[in-house]
Amino acid sequence: MSNQIKNILLVGVGGQGILLASEILSEAAMLAGFDVKKSEIHGMSQRGGSVVSHVRYGTEVFSPIVPEGEGDVLFGFELMETVRSLPLLKPGGTVVANDLQISPPSVLMGQETYPAALPERIKERFADCLLVDCQKIATDAGNVRAANTVLLGAVSKRLDIAEEFWLKALEKMVPVKALEVNKRAFQMGREL
Amino acid sequence: MKEILSGNEAIARGAYEAGCLVACAYPGTPSTEILENALKYKEINSSWAPNEKVALEVAIGASFGGGRALCTMKHVGVNVAADPLFTLSYTGVRGGLVLVAADDPEMHSSQNEQDSRNYARFAKVPMLEPADSQECKEFTRLAFELSEQYDTPFMLRSSTRISHGKSVVELGERVTDLPLPKLEKNPAKLVMLPGNAKVRHPLVEQMLVDLSKAAATMPFNRMELRDTSIGIITAGICYQYVREVLPNASTLKLGMVHPLPHDLIREFAASVDVLYVIEELDPFIEDQVKAMGITAVGKEIVSLCGELTPGRLRSAFGLPQPAAIAADKMPGRPPNMCPGCPHRGVFFSLNQLKAYVTGDIGCYTLGFMPPLSAMDTCVCMGASIGMATGVTKVVSDEEKKKVVAVIGDSTFLHTGMNGLMDMVYNNSPATVIILDNSITAMTGRQDNPATGFTLMNEPTNAVNIPLLCKALGVKNTRIINPLDLEETKRVIAEEMARPEPSVIITNKPCVLIKRDDVFQKGPAYAVEDDACSGCRACLKIGCPAIEWRPAADGSKKGKAYIDKLLCTGCDVCRQLCKFDAIGSDK
Repeated sequence: MSNQIKNILLVGVGGQGILLASEILSEAAMLAGFDVKKSEIHGMSQRGGSVVSHVRYGTEVFSPIVPEGEGDVLFGFELMETVRSLPLLKPGGTVVANDLQISPPSVLMGQETYPAALPERIKERFADCLLVDCQKIATDAGNVRAANTVLLGAVSKRLDIAEEFWLKALEKMVPVKALEVNKRAFQMGREL
Repeated sequence: MKEILSGNEAIARGAYEAGCLVACAYPGTPSTEILENALKYKEINSSWAPNEKVALEVAIGASFGGGRALCTMKHVGVNVAADPLFTLSYTGVRGGLVLVAADDPEMHSSQNEQDSRNYARFAKVPMLEPADSQECKEFTRLAFELSEQYDTPFMLRSSTRISHGKSVVELGERVTDLPLPKLEKNPAKLVMLPGNAKVRHPLVEQMLVDLSKAAATMPFNRMELRDTSIGIITAGICYQYVREVLPNASTLKLGMVHPLPHDLIREFAASVDVLYVIEELDPFIEDQVKAMGITAVGKEIVSLCGELTPGRLRSAFGLPQPAAIAADKMPGRPPNMCPGCPHRGVFFSLNQLKAYVTGDIGCYTLGFMPPLSAMDTCVCMGASIGMATGVTKVVSDEEKKKVVAVIGDSTFLHTGMNGLMDMVYNNSPATVIILDNSITAMTGRQDNPATGFTLMNEPTNAVNIPLLCKALGVKNTRIINPLDLEETKRVIAEEMARPEPSVIITNKPCVLIKRDDVFQKGPAYAVEDDACSGCRACLKIGCPAIEWRPAADGSKKGKAYIDKLLCTGCDVCRQLCKFDAIGSDK
């Protein structure tokens, strides 16, 4: 049974909107008829710290956290955090990540440099890897703030949840005034 | 109808369905969202109390008045509420009373990882422990019913993974046939003087015996026999990990962790070859099982520290771990104060003044982190002021001048003001800085008695903190603008030198406050490239909006850069620049 469960990790920096993205994903999975569990840490991580959100869906899900090394899809909102979380993925897993760098405090203060060649490091370990300039695509869609939705669109193509459920989830979770832009961003993500 | 709810949302929903009338709490991760969701149900009177003790006392009053009442707190909050709790078990209830204690194994956002189950046993209060959001809802509802049936408060234990985990919940309707609350005198039950309490105590002991017996057949304690070569007694989130990692093992899933169903445990132990007890933190169930004369394996294989994960459980049972790539060494990404946070200048000044800072619980605990590095102690809510008084009792007169307590507005009102009363009463020369940012920020911007609003967003009295300090007897109370570095440093230095108690109150709000009349972002600042000498002075405040950009030629030279989207225009960095390179980006 457990091998029918999809394990998805959403990783990035506190404040990037990771929780909303994982809620949309969970909602879509529930609408598609799956059992769903999701887990993440609030609190301290919201002040710009690393955030990891776990979403699991399938016929029956027990643990809300993805067992270490069993992640199917890593959904990265920021490069360094994406690389940090690669050990959570199973070998041969999928990486869909925003090609974005957010400097941590030590880099902002000039004590360390932002690690080099991160896209290459991801690609050499995970062949099934899509790195996207979500900011640019979201801007084209009408609002840079829809960057996460672009990524969500790209991830949606790689999961067994029909498009209609994604759109219903978006309609439920995204404020009305931002819905059209987000739907466009989602479609542009699906085409990647 | 099905919805995906967090454990906290589901607890609020369960209280609503149970006909709960009053919900009261002090915010604390991971429990905070319970009350924020109870707020959605207009039938529940939801409120923030100044601290957990008051929150529980309000719930007790509501129960004594005949209404069902919910009280929620993080694990360490129960320490504060312990005084009423231990006698509440003797009085019992009128309306059902449920106390939620949300534990934080792994200390994701806490100063310790105490196991609240010990409180249930210590205070003689029954405790349920849900394993997912559906159970959070059902157990909350059930706890209200059992509370009235057995005339006892009920505790519900959650944990970070339960409270902040989400899963699918089937919603139900609110009960409508509860008796209306009405005053009813019953001093023999509710006035706990020795004569009355002596009568009540044996009833409490009998209640626990009765409940333990009844629990053997209650559906929340569930024996699931599969392969009987391994039997595992477990509860809460650990049950999910056991099912994940050892899907074929037999389980005794306990929904009630106090009192334990002894008969059921014996029956389960006799049904399996090897018995394990899998629980996070203390060997709470294990010790009691072993005390029953049953052989079991528990803390021999699972740590007393931290939370359980599927991987840790695999290791405990010697199971192979899935192949995964090795971790890359990456710069850490610790949490940080927000751009424009009014605390930053205070800690920068304290660092410069080489103060010995007794700290407290809130966003400002991040003042411990480099480059501000200006916090020397942090123990519990409200402790900063008492610790400052204590330090000054033992060190030399010269060192006394270095002692400064820092505490937020909400924490000051929680339990800090008692410390200030003592500081004045016993004439400690330490200095107290009340970082009044007009909100309870760390837990996600909750109102408190000094903000002028209730949880239900009704305007209300705002405690006048300077006047309160005066009433406590503080002769020297000074209000400063913490975004003015010169003023901040000068006033702190003056008050540190003063050989009597003094209080400094900062007057700038949290940048996350959404009320427009409280905080508004100013125009962003920018660095003028030609004027920037690359001296790095502005980096010393650790603002996330300021970035060091090395020179293109790779030399050590570089310049500072301000991210316009993040900058709130607080002006603190401009005051640090000796080259006038920073200014408003108009």
